[in-house]
Amino acid sequence: MSLISAQDVSVSYGGATVLEHVSLEVEPGEIVTLVGPNGSGKSTLVKVLLGVQKPDRGRVTRARRLRIGYVPQKLHIDASLPMPVARFLSLPARKPAGRLAEVLERTGVPGLEHRQMADLSGGQFQRVLLARALLSDPQLLVLDEPTQGLDQPGEAAFYDLLETVRRETGAGVFMVSHDLHVVMSASDRVICLNHHICCQGTPTVVRDAPEYHALFGRGTHGALALYQHEHDHDHDHDHAHGGGHA
Amino acid sequence: MTTITTTRTGAAMLDDFLVRAALAGVGLAIAAGPLGAFVVWRRMAYFGDATAHAAILGVALALIFSVPVTVGTLFVALAMAAAVSWLANRGHAMDATLGVLAHSALALGLVAISFVPGVRVDLSAFLFGDILAVSKSDLAVIWGGSLTVAALLAWRWARLLTATLSRELAAASGIDADREGLVLTLALAVVVAVALKVVGALLIAAMLIIPAAAARGFARSPETMAFGAVAIGTVSALGGLWVSWQFDTPAGPSIVTAAAAVFIVGTAVGRLTRR
Repeated sequence: MSLISAQDVSVSYGGATVLEHVSLEVEPGEIVTLVGPNGSGKSTLVKVLLGVQKPDRGRVTRARRLRIGYVPQKLHIDASLPMPVARFLSLPARKPAGRLAEVLERTGVPGLEHRQMADLSGGQFQRVLLARALLSDPQLLVLDEPTQGLDQPGEAAFYDLLETVRRETGAGVFMVSHDLHVVMSASDRVICLNHHICCQGTPTVVRDAPEYHALFGRGTHGALALYQHEHDHDHDHDHAHGGGHA
Repeated sequence: MTTITTTRTGAAMLDDFLVRAALAGVGLAIAAGPLGAFVVWRRMAYFGDATAHAAILGVALALIFSVPVTVGTLFVALAMAAAVSWLANRGHAMDATLGVLAHSALALGLVAISFVPGVRVDLSAFLFGDILAVSKSDLAVIWGGSLTVAALLAWRWARLLTATLSRELAAASGIDADREGLVLTLALAVVVAVALKVVGALLIAAMLIIPAAAARGFARSPETMAFGAVAIGTVSALGGLWVSWQFDTPAGPSIVTAAAAVFIVGTAVGRLTRR
């Protein structure tokens, strides 16, 4: 039984088709990575899966009482809202202080409980988001560009932790990523999206698929192509990268 | 209007118009504090204005159809709040739209009141409140409405906060952000209806925003900000009434002025201590 599945989902905004006949499913213990150029409908697909965006056609089915841990691409907290880390982690359900300390330790930011969210660096903020997602004992983790703002060691630690969580809890992971390291090493399955699903399969299968090369440019190597793609679009991520290196 | 009593039992105290006025102010602060915090966090200030100004239209309708003013106000405030949320969800440019709605509701209400046959209506009472004329039954409405709103917000608190942070985070936790938005819309309409007698349609939004904004200066968590806003609202109501009594100034505006003074002092102190 899949944790979550989308069947023939189509979404359009004001005449422009954003998602076209998209079907996918995530099984328990499986890491599925979604790749695609900017504006290919990745964020919309995440919204559809979370239930924020109603598809025009098709449907999303979730396992009964599915617990989702979600890490957004970015989260803007209004400056008028004071929000200590401990309070943020306890939304919506209160958690004992011991668990908060434990999960912050695990995500590599111990002792931040009493800091204000607004005072965190980009990397710390991202880890706190992950900590909150883990606190709900998720059966499914939905991660939207989760390593934004993390430096290289932080990124490596992040994927190690993801692997550990998957092994220990059997949680399924649905991840949106530009990051080739993830595509190649951490995923069981890669889905390549450009409004419709261009190709999918194991990382090696996708790397060699002509559709994938058509989408990301024909480099000598798929890895290189995807990297170039990411760097071509670096201006879109200035704030996140800036925060991470600060 | 009032009878000065010599016996100071609980019931007799309510015969003192100043005591009733103070209780009305405190009652409003209990709901306006936490709701005002959400108005500030979600940048709904103009939304509050539009709903509050629509209250005047509610007064006109209530007079025309001979129903209690609170009922008319509640009805129109609810309709206005619903209309504004609907427009917001359809992605209209909110700033201008809310400005148009807020001011035209006020103007339309004033025009409509002029058509009310027979009675000459004391407009300033509805525009600036008439807290010194609060009756025992007004008090019952104010406290009933305020406690209901406070209880509603306390019950939904964690859900409302999560939905305020992000629709997606809320959805992942099984919270429908639209439904929580509706809770706030409902609470806003009730507070507007309740506050009309206390500070009047023009200054209701001020009682929502100023105490909460003042509390932001020292608050370190959402909860301390909400409780701080209640405390500041209470102090402002009592202080404003005292000023009004001492210097014979209009009560509603005096209360808002007191809140503004707390905001200025609090912000200044906050700036200095943070250095």
